[in-house]
Amino acid sequence: MSHRKGKPVLSEGKKAERRLGLWLCAPAFIVMIAVTGYPIVYSIWLSLQRYDLRFPAQQEFIGFANYGAVLTSSYWWTAFGTTMFLTVVSVAIEFVLGMALALIMHRTLVGRGLVRTVALIPYGIVTVVAAFSWYFAWTPDTGYLANSLASGGAPLTEQWPSLFIIILAEVWKTTPFMALLLMAGLALVPEDLLKAAAMDGASAWQRFTKVMLPVMKPAILVALLFRTLDAFRIFDNIYVLTNGAQDTGSVSMMTYDNLVKGLNLGIGSTMAVLIFITVAIIAFLFIKVFGTAAPGTDDGGKR
Amino acid sequence: MGKKRLRGRSPARTGALLAAGLMTTGLLAACGTGGGPMKINVYYAPEDNFQTVVDNCNKAANGRYEIVYNKLQRGADDQRIQMARRLAAGDTSMDILGLDVTWVSEFAEAGWSEEWTGQNKAAASDGVLQGPLETATYEGKLYAAPKNTNVQLLWYDDRITPNPPKTWDEMMQMSQQLKKEGKPYSIVFTGAQYEGLVVIYNTLVESLGGHILSDDGKSVVMDQGAVDALALLKQVTSSGITDPSLTNQKEDDVRQTFQRGNAAFELNWPFVYASYAEEKPQDLSHFKWAVYPEAKAGMPAKTTIGGYDLAVSTYSQHKPEAFEAALCLRSAENQKFSAINDGVPPTIESVYHNDVPLDPSKPASNDNPNMAIKYPMRDTILDALKTAAVRPLSPAYQNASTVMSKILSPPSEIDPPVTAQQLREQLSDALQSKGVIP
Repeated sequence: MSHRKGKPVLSEGKKAERRLGLWLCAPAFIVMIAVTGYPIVYSIWLSLQRYDLRFPAQQEFIGFANYGAVLTSSYWWTAFGTTMFLTVVSVAIEFVLGMALALIMHRTLVGRGLVRTVALIPYGIVTVVAAFSWYFAWTPDTGYLANSLASGGAPLTEQWPSLFIIILAEVWKTTPFMALLLMAGLALVPEDLLKAAAMDGASAWQRFTKVMLPVMKPAILVALLFRTLDAFRIFDNIYVLTNGAQDTGSVSMMTYDNLVKGLNLGIGSTMAVLIFITVAIIAFLFIKVFGTAAPGTDDGGKR
Repeated sequence: MGKKRLRGRSPARTGALLAAGLMTTGLLAACGTGGGPMKINVYYAPEDNFQTVVDNCNKAANGRYEIVYNKLQRGADDQRIQMARRLAAGDTSMDILGLDVTWVSEFAEAGWSEEWTGQNKAAASDGVLQGPLETATYEGKLYAAPKNTNVQLLWYDDRITPNPPKTWDEMMQMSQQLKKEGKPYSIVFTGAQYEGLVVIYNTLVESLGGHILSDDGKSVVMDQGAVDALALLKQVTSSGITDPSLTNQKEDDVRQTFQRGNAAFELNWPFVYASYAEEKPQDLSHFKWAVYPEAKAGMPAKTTIGGYDLAVSTYSQHKPEAFEAALCLRSAENQKFSAINDGVPPTIESVYHNDVPLDPSKPASNDNPNMAIKYPMRDTILDALKTAAVRPLSPAYQNASTVMSKILSPPSEIDPPVTAQQLREQLSDALQSKGVIP
């Protein structure tokens, strides 16, 4: 802050105040380092070792060999591709549906509270519980969906149908969350602006694309960023619906399998670090692409 | 601490009160473990009547210790993960571990289970069938006491097929015939991508005289028998005689499919009998069993052994008592009780021939059953056990199994020579816990 316009001269009182501020922040800072920094550094350290819990005697430092093993594995890239596909498709669908839902909730005149509550119900249900009901619904004999839509077949035993069922479960569950974030963005759009646009003869679609969307950009950025990062970590729906069979596993599932089931700390940590890097890249790209275009940021970050 | 009394106090005082409360709870908990008899914690899979077995042993202990049954999760993978995670952290509260037969080498190699020696070893192996005893042994040393064994049988309904098939070829022909006649025809088994599929494959390989891994579990063999088994598995799953949900079915799904009358042949563990008796008693007289079909005519099938062994944790602080308690939990008398009530096959051979009812002072009846009444398939099981196959004893078995279930799934898309080559390459990495498991 102060660096931007050269160092201003501070009075003694101000300096003392700043020192006090730093001291007050210190405990929080230390706790943050302990709970987030340490595990990250530790998993990077583990990822550089051959470390299998079952062979404690064979633990050794092996540099980047684990990264080599993971990055040359076709299993990893299949899981990565699946995860990316699930992320992009589900977030795209959620965005469109979420926007529609947000507009409805925003414009509702009667029973606004009720409509919002009802729309949020799927988000309130525990993912694993919801996933189990989807699982049973799509299982022949026990399931109403499998019997009515795909008679004779078992969609969860095939790759593409499984992927779309996973997407359906994800979309059903998190669209309300998307809608909630977008609704907060809608509240930012001044009525006057919309009225003025209407006076100038803008159609409803033009008002939506030319007035509402640009004003909502920060909210859209937040909504898409949150959902993309969330969707990239997808685990529970897949775990219940297919358990990763027929190449439907995500990178998180694979990490879990290698780390917890395979007890291979080295390989598992390597995967965790790779996921961490991917998430960081996604966040960086989002902020780069959307961030500069967001209103208020183009005038020297003064907002 | 009532909420009312806290209201109106300063946050600092509330904090202090809470801290004091937490400390008191801590002290109380400490008192709890200090007083009373010594606790021996058993971590074992859910088994409906196992608590009675525990109670029996507590009576026998006569107050010297008290065994506590800590129920693990239902899924085998989850059980293993919970125990492994706690043992990796050196948890001293676990005394006796219920290990699936495939985990014994792993836990032994990792240094999590204590070796059985001297008198304990003699008592744990006395009269135990060869196969189950092998599952508890690693590198020539005994690491667990076999609690119960398991072996798959062929289950059928004698109203649909009065004469059960002797071989896989026969079974497939009968299935095709039944399909033409519009009767229940499918052959159901565990085809989901997990250990159950590996069990089926291992049985076929062994029945064809082949091997997947070497006997010491350190190298890959994948001989002709293993390749032929791939071809057979593909043939069964690609000719329209299996359930549509095959690739999602685990043991209990298989049981339910058959029980609903949607299949002609079920390959499954004996627990299905107890369930059938409970849920469809009116049809029980038609629910029949036979030994597993032969993969090659004239060669008795070698079915894969399952079951549980009891190990003593290295971190246990009451090892002598833990060994004693484990021996009681799997004594001949308690194995008979578990077989009759929970359908788990005994590991001690004499139990199969034991005709004494649960209450020896009264005659055998439905209310006071003996093995013959509640466990009519005991001779078939014993026959199957005599020729059974043990899964490769390797500490890295879990990795090998994960790789196998991935490559074998879905079984209808197996291409024998190609799949065999894949298995050869990826299994050897898995055995050294190198590389990525799917």
